[in-house]
Amino acid sequence: MDRRKSIQTIILGAGASALAFHGCQTDVNKSGAAAVQPDPNYFGRTPKELERIEELHAKQLFNAHEMETIAVLSTVILPPNEPHGGPIEAQVPEFIEFMGKDIPELETTLLGGLMWLDHKSNTEFGVAFKSASLEQQKEICDQICWHDPEIPLDKQPLEIQFFALMRNLTVSGYYTSKVGIADLGYKGNMPNIWDGVPEEVLKQHGVAYDPEWIAKCVDQSKRHIVAQWDDDGNLLT
Amino acid sequence: MQIIESPEIYDVIIVGSGAGGGMATKQLADAGFNVAVVEAGPYFDPADPKTMTQLKWPYESPRRGANTDRAFGEWDMSYGDWEVEGEPYTHVEGTEFKWWRSRMLGGRTNHWGRISLRFGPKDFKGKTRDGYGEDWPIGYEDVKPYYDKLDKLIGVFGTNEGLENDPDGFFLPPPKPRLHELFYINGAKKAGIPVIPSRMSMLTKRINKDRGVCFYCGQCSRSCSVYADFSSGSCLIFPAQKSGGKVKLYVNAMVREVTTNAEGKATGVSYVNKEDRKEYKLRAKVVVLAASACSSARILLNSKSGQHPNGLGNSSNLVGKYLHDSTGSSAAGFIPALMNRDISYNEDGVGGMHVYSPWWGDNTKLDFPRGYHIEVWGGIGQPNYGFGFNPNDFNKFFGLRVGGYGDSLREDVKKYYGCVIGFGGRGEGIARKENYCEIDPTTVDQYGIPVLKFNYKWSDLEKRQAKHMQDTFEEIIHNMGGHYLGEKPGKEKNYGLNAPGEIIHEVGTTRMGNDPKTSVTNKFQQLHDVDNVFIVDAGPFVSQADKNCTWTILALSMRASDYIIQQLKQQSI
Repeated sequence: MDRRKSIQTIILGAGASALAFHGCQTDVNKSGAAAVQPDPNYFGRTPKELERIEELHAKQLFNAHEMETIAVLSTVILPPNEPHGGPIEAQVPEFIEFMGKDIPELETTLLGGLMWLDHKSNTEFGVAFKSASLEQQKEICDQICWHDPEIPLDKQPLEIQFFALMRNLTVSGYYTSKVGIADLGYKGNMPNIWDGVPEEVLKQHGVAYDPEWIAKCVDQSKRHIVAQWDDDGNLLT
Repeated sequence: MQIIESPEIYDVIIVGSGAGGGMATKQLADAGFNVAVVEAGPYFDPADPKTMTQLKWPYESPRRGANTDRAFGEWDMSYGDWEVEGEPYTHVEGTEFKWWRSRMLGGRTNHWGRISLRFGPKDFKGKTRDGYGEDWPIGYEDVKPYYDKLDKLIGVFGTNEGLENDPDGFFLPPPKPRLHELFYINGAKKAGIPVIPSRMSMLTKRINKDRGVCFYCGQCSRSCSVYADFSSGSCLIFPAQKSGGKVKLYVNAMVREVTTNAEGKATGVSYVNKEDRKEYKLRAKVVVLAASACSSARILLNSKSGQHPNGLGNSSNLVGKYLHDSTGSSAAGFIPALMNRDISYNEDGVGGMHVYSPWWGDNTKLDFPRGYHIEVWGGIGQPNYGFGFNPNDFNKFFGLRVGGYGDSLREDVKKYYGCVIGFGGRGEGIARKENYCEIDPTTVDQYGIPVLKFNYKWSDLEKRQAKHMQDTFEEIIHNMGGHYLGEKPGKEKNYGLNAPGEIIHEVGTTRMGNDPKTSVTNKFQQLHDVDNVFIVDAGPFVSQADKNCTWTILALSMRASDYIIQQLKQQSI
């Protein structure tokens, strides 16, 4: 796995978001937001923070076999769909490798769990997990994928902890990726004008706005008119 | 190595560039004085694309927003958190205090919650009210004119509600509530708890030509690139420079002490330049400390001289004493009625809550003397590291299995997205002499400056208040048809009461008063012992209220600045 390449992909991803940002709408020019162009190479890190990220990228936590196993297991956990792909398109394996180094407490569970997985697969099927058939892989996962939520995870066997961690990192990695956010349908993180919950959503959940409350709220058609008050604090504009 | 002395004599040196320092800079520079601002961190402008985190996507970072480098997540705009590399602090054994420091121009105002609450008339007279602590030497009527000016200068949204201890002001109109906030309103009202629009310093409407209007990304903690939220740099210091003020910024400059002359008057400050690690001296007629309650106390205590053997302004022995943070206890509930949300719309809103509950209780009928307000969170915010963890944990509430894998996880994530509501109670603890910071003679930071040692313990009063918070949250969750998440913390866990310092509202270390024996500054925040040194951070607070402290820091700094201007013009300091 080429680390440099994965950094590049992240940078490309950032560039794409800058494009999306400029492509968007309405009130932005007036509020001045479009004047600001995010620097795709920096994502707001201090020089020291960037240095640490570079150091982590330069270190290798998993060997090629382990990276492939992570790719296979994460795909079993969250199979790809159309059109939003899956863990591979979301760079989940690279993300898991980075987090294993960024949060050292995760390292042993991940490394030990991967060994457990191959040991189990070799014992039962005579083949490493990544090369087992999907049915065989699922047979192993089925034994470790459920847990009693009343018992703290760190009091459960390693393989249960490992699977729960892999599931967390896979789902989180996917839904924090570009494809995952598209699959989720999250519409935020871009300039817009908030003017309340749509009527049909209010209805769906059986709530309504109090007209008295709403009367005090911002009239977005006047947002660019400079505020003026009378002496009692009543807004005049 | 020799100390490098600057020949220029400033009218005023301001140590620190957060809320208090920024306001003093604006007021004093606008009045025509020659001002030097000394900041321990780097220059920072929220509009600089190099440092900007606003509108970043999680996938722009390999850690997807995780909080490994910054305690509140990697998009949070604070350089430094409860730990700052090379700048330790220590504790008296068996006590606890967490000390947040933001080392950057604008300080903590770059990431704060912008909750901008005036103290009310009762908040200045705590001792009269219930016998605890001390009254302020000033009252609401002294500060009101400054709150009024502040509202117009900086901008705060909210509504005039005519509440006795949550005064009206000059508000911008608030944003409409989000979906989960409507649930909160209903649940709280059922419990007899009032809910009103939040009061926060974001511009929902234009206040001048220089600052943009909120575009509802919900990311005020990242510091707004169009200056639509209040940060000290973008809203006070830059405008002071822009309008032609004489403002010299010294950044990466860590103040060691206030220097004094043979008469014991302040002559300026000495600081360590973090870049070349050399010590420098600046001179001024007046020194204004705004380094934060604990940092200013530290500077005073480290400023020992023949005239001030105990540290500067410390003849009362009270510098560092009466340290107190807001109390805090939190809970979250799973609300089934918020499942399966339609998320085809952008609900980011402003950063933080659109509604909140000011204190409603009558403490004469309760077993704790002071109140708290409730902050609310929830909704369909930006996914970052941790989103989707335990994707179907809530299955347990329906008797379904927890765990598994496969396509169903996608459905789980969507089904449960936005169905949790969280609450933070933020209240008033009692200021006590026994809770303090002092100099630790055994430890220095990497600049050779002796560090602070903390001694802080909550009393039963704060614990009982936290119990009330927890019972209240449980009732509201129940009223929303929800389930309390996790185990409700009981007595053995102090009812979830946060460690002191965790709410980041620490105040009181140089409290004001009329008697030099029982206070450090007078009611204009001038040291009793040295008339040309002022403190305009939260140090002079006699008591915290059930409010956040920033709006009062700003108003009081404006008031103290007026006094300094007057005194300088009369040449009486």
